[in-house]
Amino acid sequence: MAGDKAAKTYLGVPLFRPKVAFFELSSCEGCQLQIVNNEATLIDFFSLVEVVNFREAMTERSDNYDIAFVEGSITRSDERERLKKIRANAKILVALGSCACFGGVNQLKNRFDQAWVKNEVYGNFPVETEAARPLEDVVKVDLNIFGCPVKKEEVEKIVINLALGKAIVHPKYPVCMECKANENICLFDLGEPCLGPVTRGGCDSWCPNSKFGCWGCRGPAEDANIEQMKFIMKEYGFSEEVMLDRLECFGGFKTYAEEFRKSLPTVVTPSRKLFGTPPLKIRGGRGSYDSGEKDK
Amino acid sequence: MKIDCNVNIRHLTRVEGHGNINIKITGGKLEHAKWEVVETPRFFEAMLVGKRWENAPWISGRICGICSIGHTLASIRAIENAFGIIPTELTSKLRLLLKHMETLQSHILHLYFLSGPDFLNAGSVFPLIESHPDVVLRAAGMKLLANDLCDCVGGRRLHPTRTIVGGFTMLPEKAELKGFKDRLIKAKDDLISTADLFQTFSIPDFSRETEFVSLKGERNYPFIGGDLVSTDGVIKKEHEYKLMTNEHLVEQSTSKWSRLSRNSFAVGALARINNNFDLLHPIANEIALSFGLKPVNHNPYMNNIAQLVECVHVVMESADLIDEFLDTELGEPKQKVIPKSGTGVGAVEVPRGILYHCYEFDDTGHILKCDCVIPTSQNHANIQHDLEELAKQYAEIGRQDREIELLAEMLVRSYDPCISCSVH
Ligand code: SF4
Ligand code: SF4
Ligand code: SF4
Repeated sequence: MAGDKAAKTYLGVPLFRPKVAFFELSSCEGCQLQIVNNEATLIDFFSLVEVVNFREAMTERSDNYDIAFVEGSITRSDERERLKKIRANAKILVALGSCACFGGVNQLKNRFDQAWVKNEVYGNFPVETEAARPLEDVVKVDLNIFGCPVKKEEVEKIVINLALGKAIVHPKYPVCMECKANENICLFDLGEPCLGPVTRGGCDSWCPNSKFGCWGCRGPAEDANIEQMKFIMKEYGFSEEVMLDRLECFGGFKTYAEEFRKSLPTVVTPSRKLFGTPPLKIRGGRGSYDSGEKDK
Repeated sequence: MKIDCNVNIRHLTRVEGHGNINIKITGGKLEHAKWEVVETPRFFEAMLVGKRWENAPWISGRICGICSIGHTLASIRAIENAFGIIPTELTSKLRLLLKHMETLQSHILHLYFLSGPDFLNAGSVFPLIESHPDVVLRAAGMKLLANDLCDCVGGRRLHPTRTIVGGFTMLPEKAELKGFKDRLIKAKDDLISTADLFQTFSIPDFSRETEFVSLKGERNYPFIGGDLVSTDGVIKKEHEYKLMTNEHLVEQSTSKWSRLSRNSFAVGALARINNNFDLLHPIANEIALSFGLKPVNHNPYMNNIAQLVECVHVVMESADLIDEFLDTELGEPKQKVIPKSGTGVGAVEVPRGILYHCYEFDDTGHILKCDCVIPTSQNHANIQHDLEELAKQYAEIGRQDREIELLAEMLVRSYDPCISCSVH
């Protein structure tokens, strides 16, 4: 049955109960878990939607769904094909979490040459992998839900709005705004770096609330001023590498990070004793080791 | 007498990650029984190369959403061991409390949402919401407790924000922690009801002798660091973990496999109990005995019961840890970190078994080399041998395909495999 209408109401408005499906590509499954981890409102949430596909939680599967939530990035050709099939079946395709939106932590391996990456972990054993990519490199994405992990309150709000047919608007302001509203002591004053001034809000300054600087998991805020951010970091005595680590961690600041890395000098590592692996030649600062093979 | 059997499960459901089961029996003879891991590898060990130490716990926690706390703590421990940092007593206790709540939430998720539906003849937890609402609510209540306490201590239930090398960014409020005491006591009662429920389930009667590997407790049931032990009598130091895991690659899997004294071994709740039975909390001990669980138990399906027993243990010990925290004068939450060159290993018992992180650093604290050994990859070979034995035994007595398929699925689920993290 395609979405039994008027079965539920929300604030007096009859809800369309969409059929939703969850899928994962290369991911930690943490974003899906955020939804299952929602015990306080889990049962309410699942009454709003009809879950038809959730491999982690159920045996039944179906290809008939309205909304597909896809978590994870693409790192293999079979994932590309799966994603295309999901796209063909879904009316709305949602990229769930930073892996799906930007490549997430997975894209950190893109700093290297993929042959080196394979060899570092599997030696000569044949494994297939390609540079990690976000969903929108392969299919049309209707909606991005940012975060590593996503914030469950935000996902719920979005699902309700989808069910009501309302437009979804992401915050344009940075994490800093929320942090100030939460009356936190600024981490820079505590001697810690933070990417809050340039990162898109919506997480309610999740990390700074715990006295932990932001790492930019939600990508850039509108009008993010990266030069200004570099200046603040420098003012407070943090190295360019500290800033780069954060900028490149989740892939949301990809263009800035890549350029930034290129501006850093080349470094050579000592030899590696663990498992007798060969030393490395590094290009563009320590953040971007390369196999060194090409430069010999 | 049934002589043919063909089981082909692609992307087994209600497990974390992607795995396939293939069993083929023709004319009463087993042709093959295979456990295939088809998850896409994510190459964390390469990603971390060249990164400063500070990145490691934050990034490697993303290996697995379910045991992100365990990965974070193993990573922190490896770094602290490399830099020669000894955590304060307060830090150690809070880390243990956090670890306990991850164990509770993961075991409850597995017992009720992943393996439980098999015993209640359901395909998922969703129909159970209607048919057994009390059971689902009880599980949700315990998970909520575990998650709330993780938020309180670690800053966040998933990918924690307060756990850092050297300690914590900040400590929980005493008043807030105190509020959890009553909820832990209630959880104990809920676990006793859970035990009553599990007493009504029929646990398949299947055994295959194998070796069990875990941390070795000295005075306490072990979770974070210490010596490594096996039921075949092997004992090694934490930094000698490679002698315990002996990872190797096999064709049918993108995850590495392990072996020790035999061609496979098992890790996880059952392994921990088989090695540390006498260190369980007395109430946990009693519950174990009521299910006939005592060392050395070789029935893999009993891992479900072992998880239940551990839930009781961690709940009781957490209540004590909170009492101790309330009596402690709180000092600085963190120590200063001074990087130095060298290698460090961190071994932590995560819900599915023993987990190792190992890093080599240069003198500026940059990672030169990284190695992570995940519990599920240590279990893969053992799962494979169990499946073969299971299919052989049941084909011989002429069981139906669907029955063997279900038992095979339940067997794999009993290990609570976390496949995406095993290929990290
Ligand atoms: S975005 Fe983060 S939490 Fe979500 S799947 Fe990716 S790594 Fe996991
Ligand atoms: S801690 Fe970070 S987010 Fe908060 S005010 Fe300071 S820079 Fe902004
Ligand atoms: S504070 Fe920054 S890193 Fe933390 S959740 Fe928010 S956007 Fe992500």
